[in-house]
Amino acid sequence: MADTRISGFPGAEQTVLGADEIIINMGPQHPSTHGVLRVKLRLDGERIVDSECIIGYLHRGVEKIAEHRSYQQFGPYVDRMDYVAAVSNGLGYCEAVEKLLGAEAPMRAKVVRTILTELQRISSHLLWLGTHAIDIGALTPLFYCLREREEILKIFEKYCGARLTTHAFRIGGLQYDTYDGFEQEVKRFCLDFVHRVDEYEQLLTENRIWIARTKGVGVLTAADAIDMGATGPVLRGSGVKWDIRKAMPYAAYDKYDFEIPIGKNGDTYDRYVVRMQEMRQSNRICLQAIEDIPAGPIMGKVGKVLKPPVGEVYHSIEAPKGELGYYIVSDGTTQPYRVRIRPPSFINLEALDKMIKGHLVADVVAIIGTLDIVLGEVDR
Amino acid sequence: MALDNDLVKRFKARFGDKIREAWTDRKQAILVVDRESLSEIAVYCRDDESFDYLVDLTAVDWPKREKRFDVVLNLYSFKKNERLRLKAYAGEGESCPSVTGVWSTANWLEREAYDMFGIVFEGHPGLKRILLPDEWQGHPLRKDYDILTQDTAWVRENLGIESGQ
Repeated sequence: MADTRISGFPGAEQTVLGADEIIINMGPQHPSTHGVLRVKLRLDGERIVDSECIIGYLHRGVEKIAEHRSYQQFGPYVDRMDYVAAVSNGLGYCEAVEKLLGAEAPMRAKVVRTILTELQRISSHLLWLGTHAIDIGALTPLFYCLREREEILKIFEKYCGARLTTHAFRIGGLQYDTYDGFEQEVKRFCLDFVHRVDEYEQLLTENRIWIARTKGVGVLTAADAIDMGATGPVLRGSGVKWDIRKAMPYAAYDKYDFEIPIGKNGDTYDRYVVRMQEMRQSNRICLQAIEDIPAGPIMGKVGKVLKPPVGEVYHSIEAPKGELGYYIVSDGTTQPYRVRIRPPSFINLEALDKMIKGHLVADVVAIIGTLDIVLGEVDR
Repeated sequence: MALDNDLVKRFKARFGDKIREAWTDRKQAILVVDRESLSEIAVYCRDDESFDYLVDLTAVDWPKREKRFDVVLNLYSFKKNERLRLKAYAGEGESCPSVTGVWSTANWLEREAYDMFGIVFEGHPGLKRILLPDEWQGHPLRKDYDILTQDTAWVRENLGIESGQ
């Protein structure tokens, strides 16, 4: 008789499988895991009894590299963590080092940073929406989303020459001033984009198949979300009204009006609604900011050689995926002694095992999509 | 700068000399606590001081110090909109109490700290490597692990190449 014992699930050296149970590996090469994520599923028929995430396939040792580069040299590396939201990563890193130095970026730089970061949030959410919808079987939204995302990437390209790993900001401010026609282009995009979100919503929000596939799937209660450390739209979808842009404002966010959208049930549908509303709010922030970019310098007073005083700092921002934090320890030299990155995707992914238990295999795809993970950031 | 506000006073009244030091750095509060009582203090933080969200758990290596590791916990309170950093010192081979029973987030974070620094968290439900392969030798974020170091035997055996560099 075949041995049905399989090792590898947490808490048990060997797991004895029931008569109808099988173990399936989803990934690391699977289109809906959005990268090299491997999920080991223990199934009873099509229901998930137990699961385990296996990660690390994309581990590059970013935190180790940081200890061997100067503060400025490490800047481009952070873009390669959450590579669909490189601008947000850069903002968090630059602000953390500025805090460590006791320096501040000038107002003009802060406003431009805010605009670019909000555009990045929209583009990151668009990529999430397109891929999440295609995972569940809605093909059309992807084409619509990539069309608008392209507009944003073109703005980035014109601003700094790169579309994805932009390295848009520098410690102390900006390297480049805005190009001629920047305001008009962003404004034209934003005025148009409001109607585009309506279009996406027409495709999905009241679509019967979409509702059937997302309502009640992957429920995370508010208490669980806090216990699991989930942040960003995952936390807000569970009804916790918390956004670092409001709680501890950074860049120029305290100057603008915007709402924090929240969900009620903490299911996949609510997280969808939250992200859709967030795109509208980001658009609103951009429209306010673009009207009034203050004149002045774009670079603050930081030296060419950065030697932050001995000590440590933790600074975090609201990245598209959640709280992105940098904990930097300085020993007074030009290279950081330790850089710890608090990755939102990594910690949100931790909730996966809890969320998929009892669901069908097809729902795993929906739940991975709704967590909006980027493996470059999970594995660092 | 030494810190002596109401929060620290409450901690000291409750835990006495288990609160070793308290200071602020860049206006951020840091408390150094006794390693053995870490989980007890964590429960107090969560339940009585409403630091209900464990933002991050990590470590820093200071090889020249007698107790080489800082175990660092970043906490946040939704109610007070306030952050607090707890630190505990652990020497080579000394284990640290796990806080997985207090915050579920700590599960993966402690596995990562174990993976990268080799700090053992006592009471963790399944402490094993998370980012590196299970059989990997060495803990890369230790300061004595050079940036070019790798587990050559593992690389040769599993990847079939001479070196990953």
